[in-house]
Amino acid sequence: MATFGQNVEATIPALRRYARALTRDSDIADDLVQDTLVRALRSEHLFHGGEIRSWLYTILINLNRNRLRSLSRRPMISSLEDNDAPDLAGPEGGGRDIERALATLVEDQRNALLLVVLEGLSYREVAEVQGVPIGTVMSRLARARAQIKNFLDGGRPALRRVK
Amino acid sequence: MTTSDSPVTEEELHAYVDGELPADRQEAVAAWLAAHPEHAALVAGWRAQADRIRARYGAVAGEPVPERLKLDRLLRQDRSSGRRWLGYAAAASVAAFLIGGGAGWAARGVTAAAPSNFDAITADALEAYKLYVVEVRHPVEVPGSERTHMTQWLSKRLDSELRIPDLQSIGLKLVGGRLLPGPTGAAAFYMYEGPSGERFTIYCAKAATPETALRFKEGQRFAAFYWVNDKVAYAVSGPADHDRLEQVAKTVYEQVDKSGARKS
Repeated sequence: MATFGQNVEATIPALRRYARALTRDSDIADDLVQDTLVRALRSEHLFHGGEIRSWLYTILINLNRNRLRSLSRRPMISSLEDNDAPDLAGPEGGGRDIERALATLVEDQRNALLLVVLEGLSYREVAEVQGVPIGTVMSRLARARAQIKNFLDGGRPALRRVK
Repeated sequence: MTTSDSPVTEEELHAYVDGELPADRQEAVAAWLAAHPEHAALVAGWRAQADRIRARYGAVAGEPVPERLKLDRLLRQDRSSGRRWLGYAAAASVAAFLIGGGAGWAARGVTAAAPSNFDAITADALEAYKLYVVEVRHPVEVPGSERTHMTQWLSKRLDSELRIPDLQSIGLKLVGGRLLPGPTGAAAFYMYEGPSGERFTIYCAKAATPETALRFKEGQRFAAFYWVNDKVAYAVSGPADHDRLEQVAKTVYEQVDKSGARKS
């Protein structure tokens, strides 16, 4: 039977992939993965079985949310570099289209969509990671896909919902 | 029970794309799509989106893992860097949760049924949270490792025999605590952390009312249970998951209850 550490280690490539797509910046992504791993190692005694992979995604999403919140509290001058600001420009050629489309999504929708299409989690697993009912996961997916389609079709990004 | 000719919903189309439909329904939806080209185009578009996302990021998982993310190295660093990282992460996370939660609480106001000076205490708990949000560097004044010292110090400042609950049995570790100004003098504030980085806080202040029942208040992102026990008001706050928060609040309640039998 694999140990806790081996299970965590086996998940690192997937965590890096997910973090890269969430942040669209390789340095920020690896910082996020590093913080996730440190947190996981320190919390080993609090892990009561279940899916290590889902637990790690949950930690990563929580830490990323903290990061986004702290960015949003910074003065405007630094938010010019904010990767997660809605991208107001239209689509462009090449592989960056999808990257820009993802940037226009609301955080919870981006988290859910990427868990499903990139990480291959089931709706049930995503519901556990996000701590919401499956119906909420499905509506996040639907909205994310509609928004990406809208963006790629050259429409203006839909207004981001103010929480 | 589904049949091949029952109407197809948009939810089912997403489930179809994501392989979440049972096999018989999968076939039925495929047949339905063959007769509905507009919807078929929509579905093809969603598949194309997923392909582009995988094309853009899929290869990251195949890259060699950088040295700094190797577990052995992280374990070594962790032992040498002490609690610095934890303090930072704790502050960031608490700030995040309070920004979302505080607004929800403020919008809902304080319940009219609250006994005298209870309003002031719950409102003050909120004010303290807002104040706390800007405090990034020092999430707690006293770390959880100094529980005995903190108990003595806060008990003295509140002029009341406090006990800092031990929530390890429900997976929560004490991050630490701090002293806050309250409507009736000093207030004590403890912070706990769970396995996924979720945080719960306990706010205690002296109350004029001797006892109240357990009450529940829910905002958009966080919720709180609050009550008065032996002239001390408690507010237990955490993410808006009623069952989990209730479990935390009840554990706290059992440990601080001074009227019941005490183990010591």
